[in-house]
Amino acid sequence: MSLENSSLESYSEMFKRASKKFEGVFVPFVVAGDPDFDTSLAIVKELVKNGADALEIGFAFSDPIADGPTVQEANLRALNSGINIDKNFEFIKKIREFTSIPVGILIYYNLIYQRGIDLFYQQASENGINSILSADLPPEEASEVVKVAKKYGVNQIFLAAQTTTNERLKVISEFSSGFTYLVSVMGVTGARNEVKNSTVDLIKRLRKHNDLPLLVGFGISHPNHVKEVIEAGAEGAIVGSALIEIISQNLNDKERMLQKIGENTLKLKEATKNCL
Amino acid sequence: MIMNGKFGKYGGIFVPELLIPALEELENAFLKYKDDNKFNKELEFYLKEFAGRPTGLYLAKNISKKLGCKIYLKREDMLHTGAHKINNTLGQGLLAKYMGKDRIIAETGAGQHGIATAAVGAMLDIPVEVYMGSEDVDRQRLNVFRMEISGANVIPVENGACTLKDAINQAFRDWITNVENTHYLIGSTMGPHPYPTMVKHFQTIIGKECRKQILELENKLPDAVIACVGGGSNSIGIFSEFISDKNVELIGVEGGGDGIASGRHGATLSAGSEGILHGSLSYVLQDNDGQIAEAHSLSAGLDYPGVGPEQSHLKTTGRAKYEPITDSEALRGFNLLSRYEGIMPALESSHAVAFAEKYSSVPENKGKTIIINLSGRGDKDMFLAAKLLGVKV
Repeated sequence: MSLENSSLESYSEMFKRASKKFEGVFVPFVVAGDPDFDTSLAIVKELVKNGADALEIGFAFSDPIADGPTVQEANLRALNSGINIDKNFEFIKKIREFTSIPVGILIYYNLIYQRGIDLFYQQASENGINSILSADLPPEEASEVVKVAKKYGVNQIFLAAQTTTNERLKVISEFSSGFTYLVSVMGVTGARNEVKNSTVDLIKRLRKHNDLPLLVGFGISHPNHVKEVIEAGAEGAIVGSALIEIISQNLNDKERMLQKIGENTLKLKEATKNCL
Repeated sequence: MIMNGKFGKYGGIFVPELLIPALEELENAFLKYKDDNKFNKELEFYLKEFAGRPTGLYLAKNISKKLGCKIYLKREDMLHTGAHKINNTLGQGLLAKYMGKDRIIAETGAGQHGIATAAVGAMLDIPVEVYMGSEDVDRQRLNVFRMEISGANVIPVENGACTLKDAINQAFRDWITNVENTHYLIGSTMGPHPYPTMVKHFQTIIGKECRKQILELENKLPDAVIACVGGGSNSIGIFSEFISDKNVELIGVEGGGDGIASGRHGATLSAGSEGILHGSLSYVLQDNDGQIAEAHSLSAGLDYPGVGPEQSHLKTTGRAKYEPITDSEALRGFNLLSRYEGIMPALESSHAVAFAEKYSSVPENKGKTIIINLSGRGDKDMFLAAKLLGVKV
């Protein structure tokens, strides 16, 4: 299933679909294979069923330096359950059997580098991946990757943060396609209690230097946060740790885990509505 | 960034976006102060009066006679806190002070870099927090106490294998979170640019002194320079001044653990492959997918699945050779130097001693002049050495 000739939704189509309904977008993040392949797939089904506009799927890495404890543990559970790169791609292929919404992956660069940049992006495209964000690949090191991403029609996503200067925001804007991932806090991934004022300022600053839609992530955990960042001008929010915590708290009761994931997804999606 | 931080193809800045401004700030400060008179005078003062530089170049006459080579020891083991690490911690500590940072974080494996950082933090009056794998905390209780008594806060890291690699991950996470007021004092020539270049700069003093000393003593350059390689800072420090002298053999000695064939080792350059770990492209120990493997060495300083990028460059260009030495061979090196010279080397440095013995046993190497970088002293390893040798202390 190649992106060019498929019926998969693109990010721009997704943003249009949402804006027609005067909604922001809600994008959940989970790690493929957490806590195991089949449960993980069932979790993704719940996410889609309950209103996810797009998906961010983590490919587990042994040394995730940008991630806080919640996502670290998810990586570890996935690796311990036997996930590897081939199975990750198979996981995406399975997702494609039941949804056409945009699917992005979040990965650390060594996993791409070991497979070979060209082969990795080819396989990503063939398996229905819309975008790739490599957490430890800043634009300085990304020129080859950006070229290959274009070749295979995959959107390359970059992070922007409060510490990112205006000059860098321009570079990031030139290198990115699809959307820009805005890091809402200074820190690693993980659930937080509030959205900082600086996030709101950053959304406004980014608007001036970046034409791409903005999705805000890292520390967005509550429906109120989702509402807040969309009201501040972002197109949507990415929520990871808050959902992954449900997984880790219900490892012995999968039924309850899926039910809670569903309920929370519904609430988080609901928060994207009527806040324009 | 002003420089691209590459050594050939190796190095770079493979870090999350949040750290880029901090690396830019650090590069700026480093480039500004490395040639600043006031900074260098102050650093020189501390290197001399606080750390005890210069260190000697000592002719080890007993093992020279025994092995049939002229063997010199660069005595970094004589430095304050017990190893070459202090050269870098003084340099970076001072830089952090000039940059106005009010907090220093560091990672440590065995504790040597942690102790050196704690000492410099106490001396410069900057609070220090040291990340240390909980396995290492258990193995190195005494060093934890040494850090704590100098006022450092030691934070046990419970992730992954709970060793050095995981301590570095956690230090990076801290830095990402507290980047504005915190300096991350990396202990080796690894990590993203500017660290490999900056740490090398502060360790080059080993090679500078050594080159001058050997020319005074022998009126010629050595035939070979041998140093152990974990992250690579002591070896780059001594190699750097001999790289352009093509006739000087440069040999890095890696932690061979139970032997390469066993899969339990820390011989990244001898048995690893190219990959990205902790911010730079270099050699790493990993599986086919790129998941980082755990390293194994009796010496905590060599127990790391990565290596500094310049070492990878020196390997692929053929300028330096890299050889693994197993745990048991290293223990033999430890005994050899202790018994014949009355100098107890750190288990890390014992790898270089053990390789020097191997090197000397090759007929065409007989009579050569060899310098071993004795990067640290063995005091920290006495309990482990006794245990491995079956002695009750």
